[in-house]
Formats: sequence, structure tokens, C-alpha cells
Amino acid sequence: MKIVVDFDKCQSNALCMSAAPEVFEVRDDGYLYILQENPGEEMRAKVEEAVRLCPTQAITIE
Amino acid sequence: MPDPSHHDRVTNTSGAVGSVGDGERKHVVIVGASLAGLRSAEALRAHGFVGRLTIVGDEGSAPYDRPPLSKQYLSGAWGEEKLWLRARGFDELNLDLQLNVRAESLDVASLALSTSTGDIAFDGLVIATGARPRRLPEPLDHGDHAVVRTKAHSDELRDKLRDGAKVVVIGAGFIGAEVAATARCRGCEVTILEAAPLPLERQLGPDMAGVCAGLHERNGVTLHTGVTIVATTAKSVTLADGRSFAADVVVVGVGVQPNIEWLQGSGLTLGNGIECDETCRAAPSIVAVGDVACWPNARYDERARVEHWTNAAEMAEHGAATLLADLNGTPEAALSYMPVPYFWSDQYATKIQFLGRVGGFDEVRVVAGAADSGKLLALYRRGDRVVGALGLSMPRHVMAYRRLLLENASWREALASVPVAKAPGA
Repeated sequence: MKIVVDFDKCQSNALCMSAAPEVFEVRDDGYLYILQENPGEEMRAKVEEAVRLCPTQAITIE
Repeated sequence: MPDPSHHDRVTNTSGAVGSVGDGERKHVVIVGASLAGLRSAEALRAHGFVGRLTIVGDEGSAPYDRPPLSKQYLSGAWGEEKLWLRARGFDELNLDLQLNVRAESLDVASLALSTSTGDIAFDGLVIATGARPRRLPEPLDHGDHAVVRTKAHSDELRDKLRDGAKVVVIGAGFIGAEVAATARCRGCEVTILEAAPLPLERQLGPDMAGVCAGLHERNGVTLHTGVTIVATTAKSVTLADGRSFAADVVVVGVGVQPNIEWLQGSGLTLGNGIECDETCRAAPSIVAVGDVACWPNARYDERARVEHWTNAAEMAEHGAATLLADLNGTPEAALSYMPVPYFWSDQYATKIQFLGRVGGFDEVRVVAGAADSGKLLALYRRGDRVVGALGLSMPRHVMAYRRLLLENASWREALASVPVAKAPGA
């Protein structure tokens, strides 16, 4: 699975990070960093939770 | 494209797994085509419901997201292309999306819904009719006062927020504060009038509410609290003490009221919204979710409506699981909905984030940052538990508390998790 983030929409709420910290990290500079752009299937449930929780719906899975 | 077949499990907030059962013969109707309604549809399909699915919504526009209406969309930074919910479309949900259709009445006993275009029979119903802006009481209400709830409202207001325009905002809650911040960023001269001595006190407690109120003055917006409005016109507001404020536009942000009038006589219990049980159930095979629903959250020992985006999304998922339990003939399988509520508000350059509930808290402690630094992390204690975490522009640190709050962690554990690696702003 491939993680795609619309960085215009991302407002760094960091809910994605709370759901899937292995994949998403909001750093002290206030920006989101994608730690794994192509995480394995074992991460799917956590990444899907991140997609659902994102309040700006900036994350999609391709 | 996402494959719906991958959504074969529910999360820990969603309750029982909904089996397909005899769902293929059943019809679920969702009233409300905003976030809670759409998330309900997605969750029903994700949990294996293969029957007929209909959504009715009273707005004509394709379903859209509301938080940007007082922020990026109002400011003009975002065009409407960033508002659409499910920009990828609805085909994979296999549903009948009926826009411009208003639900008019419900009869619980006969499972019948009446709408502006006819009656619809259903086996299961999701009510997600949301809320609408409260207006000022008569005779203060004026048709020319702006409110912000719909895309049309935001479009109309944006045109009036011209550089140098005088804007008076009535109400310093989240919508009022965000509109004020957006107007200020567009170069308007902004005054906020608030009836309470301190805005957001109920949501944040007095100390932190004071910190947030300070954001307005620091950004060049005048905030008058404890005011009583005695008269208004389209372009002015007069207070009991005789002060009068002229405006190019008056914006009213004095809260919302749940859309429940159409349910009078339906058989549902109406009070502060639709009164549900702890599983989001309003009646057998009928659930209510989002802004319109009031339910007992056992985590905080309170019955409340929660008017925030994240609750609409999470409650929809949970309500779908409850509805499927009912449709499958196993209502006892429905689980209690016990979220840790979350809200955020972007005001000026500050991101306010809050996890949990403050009701009846015993102590609030600033554990990182400081009020005057613009960055701050505060924890709320009730007894020996941590019940809330507030951040000002410290998103990663606030969110570190989400798991602890979901686990009902102790105050001691919460304090042990305070970030120490870096000073805020470092």
C-alpha cells in the first residue's frame, strides 16, 4: 500500500501519528513527516485508522 | 482505489463485528448527508452490510466538510475542491444518495420515514441530521446577520470580509473565534462581543480559557466579555451600558441547536437532541449519531451531545455497528460508545487541540511550554486520573496523550509521560 498525503490539506493535528506512529510523525517544527511511504500490509489497520481520524482528510491509501 | 473488501474489521472504538446475516434483503436509510451520515454509510459497508443503502440530505450541494468553512475556505486559501467529502466518489458504496430531500417525519412503530419527496420504508435507520446555528433571541435577531454553518454561509460572508471592513462578531466560542481570526487575517477591523465573563470556560476551565481569550488581543482583535446586547440593526450592535458598535457585517456565533423538530411525535425521546442509550441506539434498529445525538459516555460519567468533527466520525462508526447488531437480531452484542472526545480550533497562528473532557476536573497543570510563549501543554486531573490534555501549537505532544486517555491512565502515569527531550519552540 502507498501512503499519499495532501500537504496543502494537512494541518498537523497529529491524529495520524497517534494511530500509526510507525508511519506518521509530526515533528516539533509543526510539519508532518512520512516515515514509511510504502508500509507493509501488517500496518493496514493502523493506517486505515489514521485515514479515518485525520480531521482534514489529507491522507489516502493507494 | 481503495478496496472496500479490505475494511473487514472494526476498530476498538466501533463495537461488535457486523456479520452479513440476511442484510442483503434489508434497507438502511441514513438521514443526513454530512460527515456523520457519510461515515455511517462507509462503516455499514465496511462491516459487511450488503443490503440497500439510501442517504437523504436536505442540502443541494454534494456532501462537504464543515471545519474549513470558518477557516481556510472562508479565508479564500482553499477552493471548494478541498471541501468535498469522498472526493473519489460514491460508486464503491453502492448507495442511493438523494440530495435536496428533507426528512419531514418519522414513525418509529411502523418504521416509516416521510420526506419532502415521499415516504421511505426502512429496516434500519441512522439519524444524522446535525445542528443549525442558534440565532439571537427576538427582537435582537436580524436577517442580515451572518452565521457560518453551510458552504453558502461561508461564501456569502467571505465577500463581506474585505480589507478594512468593520466586523462585529457576537459570541467568542469556537466559530466566533475562528471567524474573528480569519477576518483579521483578511485585514478586517474585528470586535468580539461575548455574554459570558470568559469564553470557552466550560470547554477548557477558567485558566486555560483565559489563555485562549488572550489570543484575540495579541492578534489585534478587541474582545469585550460580560456584555449584554440590548439592540441590533443589520450594521450595529448596542450594549446595555450604552456602548454601540458599528459594523459592515455582524456575525452571530452563539452556538447551535440540534435538528430534532421533525421528530416530534415520532416515538423517539427528545431532549438535548435525540436521547440515545450508551450504544448510540435511539430505538430498536434506529441509531442517532453526530451533533444531533445525546448519549451517556461511561468514560466520563456524563450524558452529553458533542458537536465536534471527530465525534461525528467516530460515533458514526459506532452507531453502524450497533445498527447491524440490531438488524442481525443480536442487539445485546452492541457495545457502549466511550470515546475520548477531540476537538481542535485554528485561531490566528495558534492550533488549539483538546482531548478528553474537563467536566468536574480538580486540577489543570501546565506541564510544558508557557502561556506567553504561544506553545503550551496542559493536563487535566479528576481524582487520580488524567481526563484531558490541551495543547497550544504542540500537536505531537498532545497526541501522545491520546492512548493514555483511551486507557484511563492515572495522573501519575500522565505526568511521567511529559515530554522532556526538548523545550517547546527549541
